[in-house]
Parts: sequence; structure tokens; C-alpha cells
Amino acid sequence: MSRRRWNPGLVLGLVLLGMLVLTAVLGPILFDGDTLGTRAASPSGEHWLGTDATGHDMLARSLVATRLTLMMAAGATAIAVVLGIVFGTGVWLMGPRARGLCLRVIDAMVAFPGLLLALVVAAVLGAGGSSAVVAIGLAVIPYFARFTANLAAKVSQQEYVSTARLLGVGNTRIALRHLLPNMAEPLLVLTASTFAQSLTAISALSFVGLGVQSPDYDWGKLLNEALPSLLAGRAYQMAGPAVLIVVAGLAAVLVGDGLAAAANPRAARKKPASVETPASTAEPRAEYLVDVQDLSIRTGDTELVKGISFGVKHGEIVGIVGESGSGKTLTAMALARLLPEGLSSSAARMSLGDLDLLGAVPPRVLAESVSLVYQDPGTTFNPALRMGTQLTSVLRTHKRLGARAARQRMLDALRAVHLTRPELRLRQHPHELSGGMRQRAMIAAALATEPRLIIADEPTTALDVTVQAEILRELKRVNAHLGTSIVFISHDIGVVRALCDRVLVMYHGEIVEELVTFDSASHEYTKALLAATPSIEPNKELSHG
Amino acid sequence: MTTVDSPAAVAVPRQPGRSLWLRFAVRRLTSLVAIFVALLVVAFLIVHLIPGDPAVGLAGANADRADVERLRHELGLDLPIWHQFLNYAGNVFSGHLGTSFQYRQPVETIVFNRLPFTATIALAGIVVVLLIAIPLGMLVGVLTRGGRRSWLDTVFGMITGFLDSVPGYVMASFLVVVFALGIGLVPLFPPAYAPRFGAASYVLPVAAIAIGPICTISRVVRRETAVVLEEDYMRTARGWRLPSLTRHLKWALPNLLTSTLTLSGLVLTGMIGGAVIIESVFGLPGLGSGIIKAILDRDYPVIQGMVIVIGMIAALVNLLVDVLLGLIDSRTLGGQHV
Repeated sequence: MSRRRWNPGLVLGLVLLGMLVLTAVLGPILFDGDTLGTRAASPSGEHWLGTDATGHDMLARSLVATRLTLMMAAGATAIAVVLGIVFGTGVWLMGPRARGLCLRVIDAMVAFPGLLLALVVAAVLGAGGSSAVVAIGLAVIPYFARFTANLAAKVSQQEYVSTARLLGVGNTRIALRHLLPNMAEPLLVLTASTFAQSLTAISALSFVGLGVQSPDYDWGKLLNEALPSLLAGRAYQMAGPAVLIVVAGLAAVLVGDGLAAAANPRAARKKPASVETPASTAEPRAEYLVDVQDLSIRTGDTELVKGISFGVKHGEIVGIVGESGSGKTLTAMALARLLPEGLSSSAARMSLGDLDLLGAVPPRVLAESVSLVYQDPGTTFNPALRMGTQLTSVLRTHKRLGARAARQRMLDALRAVHLTRPELRLRQHPHELSGGMRQRAMIAAALATEPRLIIADEPTTALDVTVQAEILRELKRVNAHLGTSIVFISHDIGVVRALCDRVLVMYHGEIVEELVTFDSASHEYTKALLAATPSIEPNKELSHG
Repeated sequence: MTTVDSPAAVAVPRQPGRSLWLRFAVRRLTSLVAIFVALLVVAFLIVHLIPGDPAVGLAGANADRADVERLRHELGLDLPIWHQFLNYAGNVFSGHLGTSFQYRQPVETIVFNRLPFTATIALAGIVVVLLIAIPLGMLVGVLTRGGRRSWLDTVFGMITGFLDSVPGYVMASFLVVVFALGIGLVPLFPPAYAPRFGAASYVLPVAAIAIGPICTISRVVRRETAVVLEEDYMRTARGWRLPSLTRHLKWALPNLLTSTLTLSGLVLTGMIGGAVIIESVFGLPGLGSGIIKAILDRDYPVIQGMVIVIGMIAALVNLLVDVLLGLIDSRTLGGQHV
């Protein structure tokens, strides 16, 4: 097990649990729950929580009942954990067909309220404490088995398990030596929450009269006896068992959450982005449409982009190349005003034509100025919405078009980027389109607002080489026909070279070189990048997928 | 990997949605039938798993030997076990669930008199849970995104964590003390004694079974919101400069709902169990108090009938969740959750 971090929840949970166990051990020794006093007495110095209808001190009885309650919960948990783990790992060691069948049966049982199974068991065994333990223990088994089977599936995909199998290690040995030790931590967390669930469930059975029978009593039974007094206006009689049940539940939840959090500590929280500098201070450079001067991007104290300046002319395609982490995407996102949470930027000037990108810009103006095309790992479109809904929303929002007009415009745009069967595509969900189709749709959406600048962030990286070439051709065509300026970001110098008029090479947050032709490369890093590219002809030589 | 996007390579059925739903319906109907048969077997086995001779158990403590033998023959307990099962199944299919030992009444009458109470609080509870938990969790998720307002995160976690560990029946007792006895705001059950209150009598039972699941599910929604807000498609929507309301309600919500419903299906079916227990607190004459009384009375035909009916309600709630999921995202219809 990894280093354990003590969080306050875990400590509090363990303290509460420790107190309950202590009460369970000492309660029946120190207190007497059977002495009779005044009947149905109100809380007083003598009886802190009053007495019940037959005159038992409620506080003493609640504390004494702790032992039986915890022991029954522990019993049910033991049944559930042992049999659940046996079934769960057993299922995983079966052949594929039997495993599939068993998993489906377990799934069906998990989808049922466990209480129903518990009631069936109680019906067969009759009402009573031990039958409640068996009933709840059995009812929890499917959950535990399912969870164990899931874990086993995950662990058995690890290489050391397949290696062990190849070496001829037997099933039992694999389960004992490889599967179980690696599942110990999550199973421990589940055991903690199972304990809490069994406790409240057994108490529930006792509460409705199916669990512990007189003269024995657990918390649930005490609540059951107190129910008539509740309606008679003596609610305090419920206080003891009710509070203890809640404390036990809380302790188990805290321990469970705490163990889970300790095993998987959350990533350090980011600070929200700070406000950007109010307006551009540096003088504009007339030859550029996009004018960026002294742009810095930082997270906390780390400077990720270090005061870079560049420009993009009207109708120009500018490439930004560099390895991952060089700051090229951040630069583009700052320009599009889409920096992720936790990052802040500052610049002497960042403008697009007469639009100052450092000041406040209304969303519509921004939409009509800059559009983006992202890399397509299959997640850039919303999986839950049809393509038509997503694509037309741009037009409906910014061009204030009705549903039908927006659809018509989008169909035209999709035809313009050569997407096949556009009517069908609008009815489909993103996963029904190929990466190339989605990328064409993305370009069409980017063009919908007739922007002056398109920022394409690695738009072809996830695509096949042939599709890659088609998408590049599409961008080139947009640039040639509409005169839209493009900032093209890539780590692939071959692609950039084929497409761009001018290339900025970024390295460690700085622009180290600006090139019009690659023959003039002088910086060491650019030379290294070029040397790593197999040939000048990207379409023929880039054979990787 | 990505496919080549030439028209020939893309074989998409003309009506992808319709055939998906058809297959979904066929598969789910089959599984409903399978669940029904399984419940039938379980209900049948209850009588045969009772320790000792079922006829002696069924006849009760006061029966003499002749009574037991008469009962054995009457109930067909002297037939081979598969024959008994077929008889039982045949009776159930023709709508006869047997006769209650206790009330000398057909079980189906008892079940259908009690069904409305349980169905009302369980279904109303589920609706209330979804209507409160999803907006609440999403609101907290949006407000605390990226580590903002960490105090809200902590307070939300503490309150929901605490309420979550209060079992429904304790919550029910508490609500009765505070609202019905203390403030007198809402009436207690049974409405049979006070019919003029009607719907108001359901407020406390529904609240009692809903508060715990609201906490569980709103925590799930809050966590899922944090995940969804970081997704690429949310960045796409921001890049298209869509208004914040559109982004959250139209872009994020459907994705939240799929994962939330997938994760909370169990919680929702579990609420049926909660409804069964809670009825005792409010003296609600529903299936829950009915089956518990039947178990205590060893009234086996009633137990059998109620196990089948409660089980089928759970199966229908499961189905309802999956239909909702399918309506939101047709990909889930394939049976593999996303």
C-alpha cells in the first residue's frame, strides 16, 4: 500500500468507530439495561434520556444494545465479504462463456433492491436476530461479487497476470498471489461501507419487527419499541438509538470516503485565473491583422510563455511548430481568449484588426472574429447531441437565424467543405461519423460565423495520412477563396511546411526562430526538428498513421 | 482508429434510431420475462425452503395430523415438485395468487388494495429525487468548478454526507416529530382516517425516502459536473462563444444525465426497499407493511404474491431508467453503458 495521507474525515471516522467499539465492549459491563424504574419517565438527572413504557433507562439500554448491533453488522459484513470475494474472483477465473452468464445473473441481482432478497430470506428463516444477519449478509453478496469481479477484470489485464498465466501458474494461485493483494485497498473501502449498510439494514429489519426479538434488543428493536411513544408525544425515547445509528453510519461513511481519498489523493487545486491587463498599451503594427506583442502566460509562479511577439497578415497562413509543452497551444488559446482555468496571460498588445483582444469583447464579436478547429480525438463534439443541433447552434446564437434557415446555411457550409451526404450527417450523432467527417464539420462550423481568423490546433494529428491531406487541402481552399487568415499549430514540421506561408518555431515558451523557407533554419532546435523529418515531400513519406 | 471517409466505406442504416429501439424493446421484454420467471421460482421456493415440512408449517401450530394431511392434499404438496411449480405458475398466469391464510381473501385483492400506497410514495419519491438532486448537484458543480469557492464544496460535502448516513426510517421518525407532532404542518397517515388531507399526507413519507437518495445522487451529479465541464466538447462550445446557459443546460446536462442515471439506477430501485420500510413509521397500509405483517403471520400465499409484485415494480423502475437513458443518448440502448 502506498503512503497513507491522514485526512480529517478519516481521522474523525476512525475516532467515532473506535468510540462505538469501546461502547460495544464496555456498555454491557458498565450499564444495566434491565433495571426497571418509573415507567415512561421524561428525561431527568437520573434518566438522561428518560425511560421506556416498561421503565427501562433508555440511555443505558441504547449503550448496552451497541454490542449486539455491531456484532450483527459485523456478522453480516463477514458473510457478504467472504462469499462476495469468493464468487467475484471465482467468476473471473471461469471460462469466458460461463463468466458472461454469471456476470449477467449477478447484474440482474444487483439491479434489485437487496431488501427484497432479505425479506425472502426472513420469510424462509422466520423473524429473528440470526436470520436478519443471514438475510442482510446474503442480500449484499451480489454487490460485493460484482465489485470484486470488476476489480479482478481490471487487475487481470495487467501484464504480470498474463505472464503468470503463460508460465502455467494455476488459477487458485493467480487469485491468491496476484489478484487479491492488488485489490485489497478498494475492497477495504467497500467493506467499510458494507458495514454501515448492513448495520442500518439489520436495524431496519429489527425496526419493522423482523429482526431481534424480545427480550434481546439492538438499536433497531429499541426504535421499534419507541415508535408508539413517538405518537404519544414522547419522542425523546427514540433519541438514543436514533443518534447511535446515525453516528455509526456517519463513521462508516467517513472511513470509507477517507480511505478512498487517501488511496487516490486529488490533484492539487488550481487557482482561478487572474484578471487580464485592461487594454493594449503598445503601438499597433499596421501590416498585421493579428498583432501580438510581449505575450506572457503563467500558472502561479511558472512562466509558460515568455513574452513572445508575432503577427499574422491578412490572408496569411502562419504555422506554429514546437514539441508538446513548448507553449504553442497556450499561445493560440490566449489569442482565442480560451485559456484553461488556472492560467493567466498578460501582453502589451493583442489585437485583431481594430478589435482589442485584451479588453472586454462581446461574445458575438469574438465569434465573428476568431474561430477554432481542434484536434479530433473523437471528443470535440458533444456525444449526446445530434450533429445538426450542435452545428446550427452557432448560427442560431450569433446570426439569430431560425431553425430552418440555420439548417439550410449549415447544409451549404457542409457541402462547401465536401462532406458527403450532409442531410444524413445532421441527423447523426458524432460517434456515427469518421474522424475526417467530424473535422470537415468542425471547419464548416468555424466558417459559419465568417471569422477573420481561424486557429487550427493540431487539426490533422489524429487522422489517417490520406484524410490528413484532404483536410489540409480544405483549409488551404478556405484560405484561398475567402481570404481567411489561419494560425496553424502542429508538432509536425512536414505538414506545416506544406501548408504555411511563414512558420514560427517555439521552444520552451519562446519563439526561437521565424522562417519563410526552411533552408534558412539557423537555430539548433529547428535543425534538430528538420533532421527528424524523413523527407521534404510530406505526402509521400509520412507513412505513420 | 479513424475510418476513411469515402461514401462507400460508411455503411449507416437509414433509420439507425428505430432499429436500435426495436432491439432494445425485444431485449428488455425478454429480460422482463426472465425476471418474472425468476421471481416465480423464488416465490415458489419460499414455501419449500421453510425448515421442516411445509404442510406442517403452513397449517400452523394448532393443527392436528388430519388437518396437515388435508392441507397437504389441498395445496398439492403431495405432488412431484416440478408438477407443483407448474401448477403454481399456471395459477399465477391466470391471475390467481392464492388465498391468504390470515384473511381468507384472494391474495390479488390484498395486493391491489395495498399497491397504490407503495407505488405512489416510491414513484413520487423517485421523481422528487431527480428533480431536486440534479439541479442541486449541477449548481454546486458549476459554482465550485476548478477549485472555486472551496468552502461551498466543503459545506455541501458535510451536509450531504451527514444526511446520507441517516437511514430513511430514522429520518421518517425525525420528520414526524418535527413536522407532524411539533409544528403540525402536515398531517400524519393514514389518510383513511382523514381523507380530506389527501396528497398532503404523502409529503412526509416521500420526504423521508427521498432525502438520503437526494444527497447520494446530488453528490454524484456534482462530481460528474466537474468531469463534464472539463471535456473537450465544452471547450468547443466555449470556442463557438455559446452563451453560458446554453452551454450548461444544452451541452453539459444531457451528458450529466447519462452518467448520473447509470450510476444512480441502483439508488432509485433501492428506494423501493426504503418505501417498504418507511410504511411502518407512517402506518401506511401499503405492500411494505403488508409483506412484513405476512412474514410475522407466516401467511405464505401473501408473501409469495407480494414478492412477485414488489420485484416486478423494481424491474419496471429499472426499465424506466434505461428508457430515460435511451431517450437522452441513444448509444446507451445497445446495452453497454457509456
